[in-house]
Amino acid sequence: MLTIKQRDAEGVTILDLSGRITIGQGSAQFREAIRQLMEQGRNRLLLNFADVSYVDSSGIGELVSAYTTLNNQGGQLKLLNLPKRIKDLLRITKLLTVFETFDDEAAALRSFQ
Amino acid sequence: MQQRKPTVGLTIASDFHFVELAEIVTKHVAALVGFDEDAAGWISMAVREAVINAIKHGNKQDRNKLVEIEFSFNADTITIKVMDRGEGFDLADVPNPLDPENLLKPSGRGIFYIRSFMDEVHFSPRPGGGTIVSMVRRKRRKEGEKKDADH
Repeated sequence: MLTIKQRDAEGVTILDLSGRITIGQGSAQFREAIRQLMEQGRNRLLLNFADVSYVDSSGIGELVSAYTTLNNQGGQLKLLNLPKRIKDLLRITKLLTVFETFDDEAAALRSFQ
Repeated sequence: MQQRKPTVGLTIASDFHFVELAEIVTKHVAALVGFDEDAAGWISMAVREAVINAIKHGNKQDRNKLVEIEFSFNADTITIKVMDRGEGFDLADVPNPLDPENLLKPSGRGIFYIRSFMDEVHFSPRPGGGTIVSMVRRKRRKEGEKKDADH
């Protein structure tokens, strides 16, 4: 189960994610949330992972999909407060070289300017 | 004298709803064997990925086909077999997710994760049809010494 709360700051849409992004419901919820935001023209996204307890390969795949779709449309997707395990999953698949990640929200927001 | 190798088994229908059950059972068995929480988490993720592959690519989400998960262990090692009833696959056809052209593909990381988290991984055809994924993880003097994910 994944809970997604949306807020806006400095022209950036922040999604506070809580729960699991795994095959089935969590991944589907995440995909749908990103799709809706893009429909609304919101293409500067900061995903806050502070309360994400688990991501599997399907969840990693959804992240990559969101990243490439946004990038192709001139948008940006960045990651905030990655728990160590999720950071490890990104590191071993070389995706930390792809995603911009932050541990400080203010710094993350500044990076969009 | 050879140590006794106790066994635990779990059989599920090919439905993603049961993946979390496999994950939870794996975590408990790994803890029972004496793996710490961190190691048990990585082992359970490897099993989770193997079960997802068995459901998705092996049994093609046919609920009438079962996925069997078998745990055997001794004081130092846990061995887990995940068995499906699919048509099998050729490992050579599985692309390397670290190749630059595959880095941004949305899928294809499951087997790589399994190999990263376990010490040995073997894929073999199952008698009567299907695939057996056999995974081994040994305890370390200090958990977290070896694997990439523990860096």
